[in-house]
Amino acid sequence: MIRNALIGLMLFILGSAFLTLTMGFEPATELNRTAAYYATHAQEEVGAQNVVTAVLITWRGLDTLGEVTVLFLTAAIVSLVLSRSKAPKGASGSGFLPSGELLTTGTKMLLPLIALLGAYVMANGHLTPGGGFQGGAILASGALLMLLADPSRRFGHKIIHRVESASGLAFVGLGLLGMLFAGGFLDNKLLPLGQFGALFSAGIIPIVSVLIGLKVGAEFASILESLEETEDA
Amino acid sequence: MTLLMLATLLCGAGMIGAALVALLTRQTATAVLAAGLLSLFASVLFVLLAAPDVAMTEAAIGSGLTTFLFFYVLGRIRREDKK
Repeated sequence: MIRNALIGLMLFILGSAFLTLTMGFEPATELNRTAAYYATHAQEEVGAQNVVTAVLITWRGLDTLGEVTVLFLTAAIVSLVLSRSKAPKGASGSGFLPSGELLTTGTKMLLPLIALLGAYVMANGHLTPGGGFQGGAILASGALLMLLADPSRRFGHKIIHRVESASGLAFVGLGLLGMLFAGGFLDNKLLPLGQFGALFSAGIIPIVSVLIGLKVGAEFASILESLEETEDA
Repeated sequence: MTLLMLATLLCGAGMIGAALVALLTRQTATAVLAAGLLSLFASVLFVLLAAPDVAMTEAAIGSGLTTFLFFYVLGRIRREDKK
């Protein structure tokens, strides 16, 4: 009774807070200074059609690096915690229930398409919505689908870790090269801007986007892999 | 403008409905699917609000990866029950 009353009170407080926020909301009629700068300078300074990716990778590239690092730390901690209950080699996945014809066949059909979509989203980060992070998540969901369809299958431990470290190193390396040869860390002018709207344009954005995608995909996949390799309680 | 408003309202109502289904249902699989549906409505809402990048993240993480992960874990739990 008291519990329900407390929950009701909480809901009421939250609701009234949101109500006042909603009532006081006035849609902005013009962009603020930063946003206006981004919107007007994205084409000439970065050469990217998708302003969001231009902000994420060029102007706020350091923040994106931090974000990827947080994800890396998460993957490392999950794998550290789960490695205590790691199943002996060959023992995990052997007792799984069969996953069913529908899922197995569907996975065989869908997996190439998912991988293709992930690669497309990653490589076209500067042209269409999406970018490295989204593409990496799509790739990881493909990996998870593979794991669902055939739990006894192991994907290569080493490959995932190598992909992750290599793309992370290349990301930071590109940033440092920008410091040496262009205006600063992760500066976009390292490569020529190219023709506006072409696939190979907008400086280093496509490369960085693909690197981020590979790193995010590998990180998610390694989290899933450590989940898969734990022993049953 | 009114059509957009209507679509936004529909999406919001769908989100609330999916959330209620996820909370109130007794079957875990239904709850997981309803949570995925909630994310899907949210990503449509983000598209309507002209934020396609956020919508892609929401669709990939919220309704894709999380739903898959829940089903994976459910499968594992079921396997341990069988033992």
